[in-house]
Parts: sequence; C-alpha cells; structure tokens
Amino acid sequence: MSEITGYERRNGNFGIRNHVLVLPTVSCVNGVINRISREVPEAVCVTHAHGCGRGGPRDLQILFRILSGLVQNPNVGGVVLIGLGCEVSNTKNLLPMIKEAGKPIEILNVQEEGGSLETAKKGIAAARRISSNIRNQPRVPLSWHKLLVSMECGGSDAMSGVTANVAMGAVSDWLVEKGATVIFGENTEMIGTAHVLARRAKNEQVARQIEQMIERAEKLTKDIMGDLASLVISPGNMDGGMSTIAEKSMGCIFKGGTSTINQVVDYGEIPTERGLILQDGPGYDGESMAGLAASGSQLMFFSTGGGTPAGFPAIPVIKVASNTRIYEAMRDDMDVNAGSLVEGKSLAELRTEMIDLMIRVINGEKTKAEANGMDVFTFMTVNPPF
Amino acid sequence: MADNILIIHPRDNVAVALKTLTAGEKATAKGIEQFWVLEDIPASHKIALRDISAGEEIIKYGEIVAVSTRDIKKGQWVHTHNLESKRWKK
Repeated sequence: MSEITGYERRNGNFGIRNHVLVLPTVSCVNGVINRISREVPEAVCVTHAHGCGRGGPRDLQILFRILSGLVQNPNVGGVVLIGLGCEVSNTKNLLPMIKEAGKPIEILNVQEEGGSLETAKKGIAAARRISSNIRNQPRVPLSWHKLLVSMECGGSDAMSGVTANVAMGAVSDWLVEKGATVIFGENTEMIGTAHVLARRAKNEQVARQIEQMIERAEKLTKDIMGDLASLVISPGNMDGGMSTIAEKSMGCIFKGGTSTINQVVDYGEIPTERGLILQDGPGYDGESMAGLAASGSQLMFFSTGGGTPAGFPAIPVIKVASNTRIYEAMRDDMDVNAGSLVEGKSLAELRTEMIDLMIRVINGEKTKAEANGMDVFTFMTVNPPF
Repeated sequence: MADNILIIHPRDNVAVALKTLTAGEKATAKGIEQFWVLEDIPASHKIALRDISAGEEIIKYGEIVAVSTRDIKKGQWVHTHNLESKRWKK
C-alpha cells in the first residue's frame, strides 16, 4: 500500500501541510493581518469577526476552543498571533491553552508594540522568520493512526446522498479500517437518525450522548424555526425523491460510513478516541469546518451538489461533486465527480480513485480549493453580542 | 449498457433511479437480474427491488427509512403515496 508522509510536531502530532498561520485574537486587528498577508503571501493569514463582545460561558468556551484549536492544528508549523490587548480572548488568556502546541509561536499585541503599523512590521518579520525556519523541515513517513479526516457536506442536492456521500462513506470505512480517525458533525442533519446512530455506538454512554445531541438539535430547530421547522425536510427534498426525514438524514450521515461510533465530541473539542467520531456542531459549512479543524482534522472531504467553492485555511479540502453537471460547470473548484456513478462507474472504482487522490493530497498535491485560495473562516456563536 | 438504478446497501429493498425511468424499460444494476420498470419514476427517486407488502419496512442505506402503506410491486415507484414515516423510540 502507498506510503503517506507528513510533518512531525514536537508533541507527537503530524501535519500533512507545514503552514505559517497568522491569526488575530480579535477582529479589531484584522487590518494588521491584511498588511502581513500582502507582504508574506506564503503565510496563511486568517481574519474573523470575533474575540470580544460576547460574555456568556458557552460563547467564551467556543471562542477559546476554536482559536486555540486552529493554533494547535497539526497542519500549522508555526504561528504569529496578533492580539490587541484589552479583548476577552487576549493572548495572555489564550497562552495556557496553546503552550503544548509543539511549534514556534510568536505573539504581538498592538497596544504594546507601538500601534498597528509597528505591529504589522514586526509581524511580517516574525512570519518570514518562522517561514524560513520551518521551510526545510522534511516529510517523514506518517501512520494512518495519526490522521483525522473530516467528512462535510454543503450545498447538497437530491444526488448528494446517493452518489457523493455514499462514495465518501466508502472512503470513511476504508480509513477506519486502516486505523485512521474519521469525524463528522452537522447535528441538524442527523435529525431522524438517532435510532440508527445510537445502535452503532460503542457503548450505552455514547448511545445516550448521540440521542441527546440529536434531541437538542431537533428542539433547537423547532424553537428557532417554529412551524417552518418542517422545512428541514423541504418540498425540494420531496421532489428529489426523499420521502421522509429519516431518509434525507440517512443520505447525510452516510458520508461517515458504517463503522462503530466511538465518541461524541463537542464543537471544536479534540477527540481522545480513534475510529469514527461524531461532532456536536452546526450544519452551516464554514462554522462546521471550523469546529472540525479545531478538533485537529488535517484533511477534509466535502460533498456538494449545488456547488460551493469553499475551502478552509491550512487544511486541504477535497471537493466531491454529486452530479456531472455541477462538476463540469465548476471544474476549477471540484476535485472528484461522484456523478460518474450515474454514468457507469462502480462504487469500488470511484472509491479507489478517491483513495488514490487522498494519498496524493496527503503527500502534498494541492486540492482545487487549496490552489484557488478559497479559504473560509468563521465559527459558531450562540448569543447576540453585548 | 450503463446501470440505470443504484443499490446503495445489500439489505435494501429499494434502489435509486439514476435517470428518469419509463414504464416498460428494464432496470439494471450490477449483481442483480434485470427487471421491468412498471411505471414512470423520476430521477433520484426510489424503485422497489422486490414485492413489498403493506406495513413492511422500506430499507435504504441498509436502514429503515419508512413503512409502506400499501402493497408495492417490484418495479414500482416508492414515494410518499405508498409509504409513511416511522419515528422510533428505543
């Protein structure tokens, strides 16, 4: 079997990319990040709209988990963290959570460094310094055990659950068999399948967690949408041949394959088990991917039927088109055409093609979203800002 | 000839139409004998792989996704007109 390679971190994790991440703790300093981005194009410079103004314990938990999770993601080889000083998620508060990251981290605060231009100047120097320090780090053999692969779907159509997610499920089963860990979230898209997922749990405790997670998702959907909650299974789904919500959701959860579910983790929480893992996270693509990335995922598969170009910073995202029409229409964005199943390709052939591509991507080949720079970074909040 | 239906899981008693199927044509998929399509079925909708009695479970993805409300013949369209949702409590 083909060998896979990666970059070893000091804490024993392995990345499949070796990026310099330039990350703001708070949206107030996004402009500093943009200046660094212009001068150091090889760095992954990320901006976001968070970091302050939300004080509830759940929002704080998510904020710290996502920022620290992104810093700790194994694909990140070094970090320039740009803070302001007075924000909730300031670098002093963040530091204890990232000190075991096993990589160089340089920290600059605009209120201490002499303002935004001075901070940008120092940030540019820091990003270049880290970049040149990690540039020659060699790839070493990587065990499948060290890999956490995410399965995501977004912009779905009637064929997503028939072609793309079925093919991704076959890849998921193959990965778990190899000893890798597979994770998927999107709790709203599990509604109606609690009985299926709970039965596959490794023990009673995990089964209860699955049921409770889906019950919460269903209640929240009803609370927010009221009578419109039925739109979760919409006339569009019915027209596409989905007859019940259980059938629609089966098409979604099938992307995770059929393995035993070993753990349910919270949004952005790092799994402690291997095999198949569920994440209690939202269905919206960008926010879902942020949770999966903070959990330590180094690689993502992402099925789409309507056609979304979205990728994620520092993480290769393999786009799987559910139908040939959108594959052809968005060739620049799509890596795999699962619509080929309709044209006579067998599931086994498609799975082999996807595994071969995955191995090439792990070893450095860029996905379309990666090459195009289609990074999206946003994450979930639960309460309005103050 | 390319398959015109897809069987997702070996346990399934329905398959998915990969294109619009017309009454009188043959449904084909790897590993099964061809059979007659009994009525027009839209693309991505379900076709019965065997006779299904009223009250029987509809299996897709290897799981129960609905229960039939009337007898369904092999080759017929399976949708909201001949099944209903079933919500389980463990």
